[in-house]
Amino acid sequence: MALSIRHLLGLDGVSREDITQILDTADSFHEVLEREIPVVPTLRGKTVVNLFYESSTRTRISFELAEKRLSASPVNFSVSTSSVSKGESLHDTIKNIEAMKIDMVVVRHGAAGVPYFLTQCTNAVIVNAGDGLHEHPTQALLDMMTIRRKVGRLEGLKVAIVGDIFHSRVARSNAWGMKTMGMKVVLCGPPTLLPQHPESLGVPVTDNLGEALDGADVVMLLRLQLERQSSGTFPSIREYRERFGLDLEKLSTLSKNVLIMHPGPINRGIELASNVADGPHSVILEQVTNGVAVRMAVLYLLGGGENA
Amino acid sequence: MLKKPNGATIYPIDNSNPAGSLVIKGGRVIDPANRIDDTLVVAVKDGRIASVSRDVPKEFDKAKVIDAKGRWVVPGLMDMHVHLREPGREDKETIETGTQAAAAGGFTALACMPNTNPVLDEESKIRYVIQRSEGCTSRVFPIGAITKGSEGEELAPMGEMVRVGARAVSDDGKAVAKSNIMRNALNYSKSFNIPVICHCEDMVLSQKGHMNEGVVSTRMGVRGIPAIAEEIGVARDLLLAEYTGARIHIAHVSTAGSVRMIREAKKRGVKVTAETCPHYFTLIDADIGMYDTNKKMNPPLGTANDRQAVIEGLCDGTIDVIASDHAPHVSEEKDVEFDAASFGVAGLETSLGVVLTYLADKNLLMPADVVLKMSCNPNKILGVPGGTLSIGTAADITIVDPKAEWKVESQHFFSKARNTAFEGFPLKGFACCTILDGRVVFERTN
Repeated sequence: MALSIRHLLGLDGVSREDITQILDTADSFHEVLEREIPVVPTLRGKTVVNLFYESSTRTRISFELAEKRLSASPVNFSVSTSSVSKGESLHDTIKNIEAMKIDMVVVRHGAAGVPYFLTQCTNAVIVNAGDGLHEHPTQALLDMMTIRRKVGRLEGLKVAIVGDIFHSRVARSNAWGMKTMGMKVVLCGPPTLLPQHPESLGVPVTDNLGEALDGADVVMLLRLQLERQSSGTFPSIREYRERFGLDLEKLSTLSKNVLIMHPGPINRGIELASNVADGPHSVILEQVTNGVAVRMAVLYLLGGGENA
Repeated sequence: MLKKPNGATIYPIDNSNPAGSLVIKGGRVIDPANRIDDTLVVAVKDGRIASVSRDVPKEFDKAKVIDAKGRWVVPGLMDMHVHLREPGREDKETIETGTQAAAAGGFTALACMPNTNPVLDEESKIRYVIQRSEGCTSRVFPIGAITKGSEGEELAPMGEMVRVGARAVSDDGKAVAKSNIMRNALNYSKSFNIPVICHCEDMVLSQKGHMNEGVVSTRMGVRGIPAIAEEIGVARDLLLAEYTGARIHIAHVSTAGSVRMIREAKKRGVKVTAETCPHYFTLIDADIGMYDTNKKMNPPLGTANDRQAVIEGLCDGTIDVIASDHAPHVSEEKDVEFDAASFGVAGLETSLGVVLTYLADKNLLMPADVVLKMSCNPNKILGVPGGTLSIGTAADITIVDPKAEWKVESQHFFSKARNTAFEGFPLKGFACCTILDGRVVFERTN
């Protein structure tokens, strides 16, 4: 069964059926990853361009591994090594890359809407690996996959996402996707790091951590960009840690089955204490493993591969 | 003669031929300055209005006749907020193509903003624009910069610029950030009886923003410009105008808060006039849709509430003028990611059609109000003689077909630009003939 979407631009508007199918497919790729030779031939002959305009280590490696394990040919294109520094327009760049006969583009860019923009310039399938403050759909998918594998379901679970919500495309994609899957999402952070007009996200927003954590089945901490302090959005690391960081003391007030997640990279001792990040509730490394499986699923389902 | 496939035709001015005589009959003559709204005959001779009368005057028996049955005959329209881009960015627009676009939009006059390269901040540059506009298909009134280079630091020589023809000053495109400099500019301007045209924006608050900050920008993940960025600027400039007693004109009003503050200031007697643009009473931030860069401008499209307030401001007279803020750009500045796209839309050739469709046809503005806001008021604010059909004045006349149905197709623009926010919009009403100094400079034929 094919997805009803042709590109993965975000999770805003993506149906429950499509998300379920991606997660189901990802589960079967998870098994592939446990084989001795974790490679399938499904996308053999397909060329996937990883077009990264923002630095990224784990997302790019995760996509690249997913592509290789599907037997596709990955091509990496990143800002520092490209003609972007010579001032070529995005439109020209994508037309040039397309002219080299490619099938899919995985794109990360600092401007919201770039993945959509690319769909208007090329016939290739576009997968969003993060655009501006907008969406990072594969991260949200791997988050949901991780929760589903741990708990066995998504419906009805409460997820608290805590941190710099305003600048987080992870929070946005999770808000859309988890809501679609029947989960209760609450977004929490200091008012300076929350959107001024959050209504369109369709989930509650609070600056009260206790309220957000109350009854939570999953707590997801977001990375605090330390340079935000100098731009005046929070007064000190110490005050942030005290109000919004998760340590053992706060953890002890939570459900004994709570899952602790983080999209990485972690600021240890700021949003997440080390003993929590490395503790029994943490599923942070499983998120990373599942990331490869979910990206394989997305590439496979959108890339028209067969014989999974 | 320049003719587009849709029948729109520009007649470049040929000074070797005299203007001759002309009779416009059968039309509804709307001349609010002379309290006229009636079916009358306008006779034109030697480039001037010879008479406005019931019947064709005897001596015009053999004059060329324009049948204006079913049409409005109004004083030539003026767009007081235009970016002509010359000098510096002639690839975007020139004085020649911009004035052709003006004529095609029904405008016999326009005022051009000084944010060219170089900035129009001294006498010689004002003179350059005036010289380059001679023989063009609409009058051009240059606006000088408030500060040298529009850098917001030192006053530009207003007196010299006004002496050679500048009709106002503005640092449009950005605000004069420092309140003390703005205060000095307002005080200094009082010697010349010119308005200071205020681009109101708290640029620290708006920096990095690309659209209105609201639920739509949250959903799109685009950094927002809060409405208060404009409103803080409006509040400051109203206070400075009140304090100094200077005359200000607030450009491109787009938010409900700005309309409210201007309304209150007018009641207190502050010398303030205001303009809005067609996109602010028709479109809202949600219309940006899938990151449509042709709907990216500064100030940004607001909410439905802002749009409603702008319409109310137009209806109750708080907003005196409709100007297009014609901002031509080349395609490579718009065919890019949303954050990287230039702000601004081309507006000269859609302005009147949008006003007629969204305000006049909906009975929000009476035809005479349209003429006030697009002809009488801008002329008055800039202190120039147009905006009437008084006997003996220059025969600048726009003939409007208020019923004509058409579709915006930027490929047929006389402007070099294609960056319209109204591409494909069905509109009702346009200028079917534009007359400058008694000569037909634009006509729509089929």
